[in-house]
Order: sequence, then structure tokens, then C-alpha cells
Amino acid sequence: MNAVTQPAPGSAAARAVGPPLWLLLELTYRCPLHCVFCYNPTDFASTAAELSTAQWLKVLEEARALGAVQLGLSGGEPLAREDLEPIVAAAHGLGFYINLITSGVGMTEARMRALKAAGLDHIQLSFQDSTREMNDFLSSTRTFELKSKVAGLIRAHGYPMVLNVVLHRHNIDHVGEILAMAEAMGAQYVELANTQYYGWAWLNREQLLPSRAQLERAESVTREFRERVGNRMKVYFVVPDYFETRPKPCMSGLGSVFLAVAPDGTALPCHAARMLPGLQLPNVATSSVREIWYESSAFNRFRGEGWMKEPCVSCPERKKDFGGCRCQAYLLTGDPDNADPVCELSAHHHLVTEAVARAEAAASQPKAAREQVLKFRDHRTSIPVTTGEPQPRGRD
Amino acid sequence: MSEVRGSLKPVIAHGMRLQWEPAQEAHVLLYPEGMVKLNGSAGAILARCDGARTLDEIVADLERSYGASNLAADVNAFVSFALEKRWLELRE
Repeated sequence: MNAVTQPAPGSAAARAVGPPLWLLLELTYRCPLHCVFCYNPTDFASTAAELSTAQWLKVLEEARALGAVQLGLSGGEPLAREDLEPIVAAAHGLGFYINLITSGVGMTEARMRALKAAGLDHIQLSFQDSTREMNDFLSSTRTFELKSKVAGLIRAHGYPMVLNVVLHRHNIDHVGEILAMAEAMGAQYVELANTQYYGWAWLNREQLLPSRAQLERAESVTREFRERVGNRMKVYFVVPDYFETRPKPCMSGLGSVFLAVAPDGTALPCHAARMLPGLQLPNVATSSVREIWYESSAFNRFRGEGWMKEPCVSCPERKKDFGGCRCQAYLLTGDPDNADPVCELSAHHHLVTEAVARAEAAASQPKAAREQVLKFRDHRTSIPVTTGEPQPRGRD
Repeated sequence: MSEVRGSLKPVIAHGMRLQWEPAQEAHVLLYPEGMVKLNGSAGAILARCDGARTLDEIVADLERSYGASNLAADVNAFVSFALEKRWLELRE
């Protein structure tokens, strides 16, 4: 089977493709926050108008008919959409399990009640900005009050309280305090997710990548915390893949289970795929979800193994990791068909180890000497991303 | 894994949802950002865990439905496993 060509509808190749079990709707790129680790496209300000309510409902119906069942509603900040409640109600009626991924900004008692009544299944409260709000958080001021209030609403409405915190060089040393705060706000699950380097995080990679010593300290603090709290809280620690020697099985392979739809209706085989060169990304406004999933060239481009190069094509682990992340391969090597350079078998693995070595060097400098130029996500600084080494610029 | 008392009433855990998915021709267990596709027997057991029936009643129902006998040990082992996974909770 040549995965690059389009399988005819109903052919063996088309039948071998399973349903898009995981549907992610990025309802809007609007967001009150400006996180330096945001994975939204760095040129998000140039994307077209958001889909209408009716268009989102059509996506839900078509995807559910194909077998989609896990639904993520994110953004941007999904609460910025005033029609979030009717979208949730429609999804619930169709039988989706609905996850809301939110910063909590804009959540009120009235909206929480309406979302619960509409059939929302789960809320993931994410922790935001890296510097100002991190400081607020650590000093128990404004952010902690907002998070505590929203956490209280989440618990009061019978949802498990799930907190997601993105880690990077500037906050990873505070994991102990972060976990204590999470405990104080009644979190039952905490995801300590190290930054993945796409979008804005890619631009800021040289400033965000932690050192190995920082990582090991954070893991050890997390282990001690787990032992102390036992079953009361579940803490997940996601290691940044730059410190691994094998790549992650990104999306279980593109076009395998995951379908994302951007605010303007662009359908994506992964959140970050908009950056991949030569992909003719379909749009839900002009194609059905069935056509997009089974027939579009973009969703067939990385199915199977026809696109793979060495060392992946002859590697026994290709069935396990699918060559890793296509976006990371493109960002670091300029070719999305290359092995993910996180893999130590990749000829480009040195690009990853060199970035880690620079992070080690930066961490060993006295604090005052460390350069801290971070690009904050906002419309003014929104630019297209380039490959090779990220070149962060100041906020001019 | 310890034996679960037959007089207890297992129920799908809070925050989890069991449903039949025609596209997968299987029962699935849905939870925050995850899904377990269940095999036939796991689906048959969990579909009966409604918080109203005792474990003993569930075993009897399964034995009747599948024309089998001596299912108690297997069902008990699976229910223990599902409790450990937090797929199920127990009611008195």
C-alpha cells in the first residue's frame, strides 16, 4: 500500500483506516492570556474568521457519524465563544464524551451551571503564563484566587478537579510549591507537562528548555510528593522529549485516530500540522469530515510507511513510534519525512543534544547574566515560523 | 487483588461513562481524555454494573445469558481489576 496516494473510497486501503476517535475543536484563537509556551500557530493572527455555531454543529454530526467519541474543546480560550453551551449540548446529544480545556478565565457560576446542564463531562483547568502569573501563583495572589475560585466551582459541580501545569526552565524549580498549591486548591489530578517545542514555544525554545539537573530535581520532588499524598492525588510528569533517545509515537501516527479543526475550519492531522510544507489542508466549510478523513491528500500523506526514510524505514521500532513527530522533524531538519531527531538513530540527533547542551550552559550562568528574551503570544508579535534554529527576538 | 463480596453493588465510577460504539463494534469506557475499548466479556460485565444489582446477581445473570456456569471466579477477578483501575466503585 502506498500511503501517499489517496485510497479509493471503499478500497482495502480506505477500510484499513480506523475512525477519527479523537476530535479536537479549537473553537477560537482568541485568548486573554499571552503564554510563551502556547502551541497555537505563531501566525495565528492572520487566520480567517471563526466558524459559525451551525458550522461547528455540522462538524460534530459528521465526525460522530464516522465514530468520533472523545471530544476536546479548546482554543485559544474556548470560554471566549458565547455559543460554547449550545455546542456542548449538541455534542452531548450526539453521544460525545466532552472535555473542556480552559484557563478558567471567563468561568462564572452561571456558565458552569449551564455547561453542566448541557452535558459537559470533564474540565481540565490549565495553568497559564510563565512569568508574571507564575509569580502571582507562587505568591498566592491574584492567579491563585482565580484558580481557587474556578477549582471550587469545578468541584461543587461534581467534576474531578484536573490541573494542568506547563513546565519550563523558569518554573520547573518550583514544582514542590506548584504541587502544594494544587493540593491546597483540591486538585485530584495534576499533569506536570513539560513544554513541547512547537509554535510560540519553538520561538522561545532557547529560553524555555530546562537543564537535565533541573529535570531530575523536579522528578525527585514529584516522587516524594506522590509518596506523601498516596491515592488522594494523581500526579503525572511528562518528560520533555528532548531528553529522550527514542521519539514519542506522535498522535499514534498522523491520520490514525486524531482530527483537529482550527477556528477557521482548517482540518489538521495534529495540532501543529499547519506548519508542514506542501500539505493541502482541507476545510470543514467546503468538505465533509468523511472526505477529509478518508480521501484528502493531507490526511493520507503520513499514513502507513510509504513516506518514511532511513533510518526509520528499516527500523523495527517504526511500528511502535511511527518515526516520531513529523512537525519536530520538519522544524529541526527542514524535511518532514526525516526521522524525528529526538531519536538517537537519527543523523540529526546532534541538533537535539546541542540544544540541551546550550540549556545546560545557560543554567550554569549566574542568574543575572541569563538572557531572558521571551516572545509573548499576542497579535502584535504574530509571525510565520521558520525552520532550523529558533531565533527569538525581543518584544519590540 | 482481594475477593469482592458478592453482596456489594458495583457501579461505573464517577466521571466514567460506558457506552456501545457501533463504529468500533464494542463497549467503550470513556474518561477524561481517554478511552478503553472493551472485549466482549468485559463489556458484558460492566454493562450490568448499574449500582442496583449485587455482584452475585450479576454473576447469575451472566450465567443465564451465556448459558454458562461457574463464572463467579472470573467475574470477581475482573471486577477486582476494574476497581483497581478505578473503572468501578462499590455501593453497599
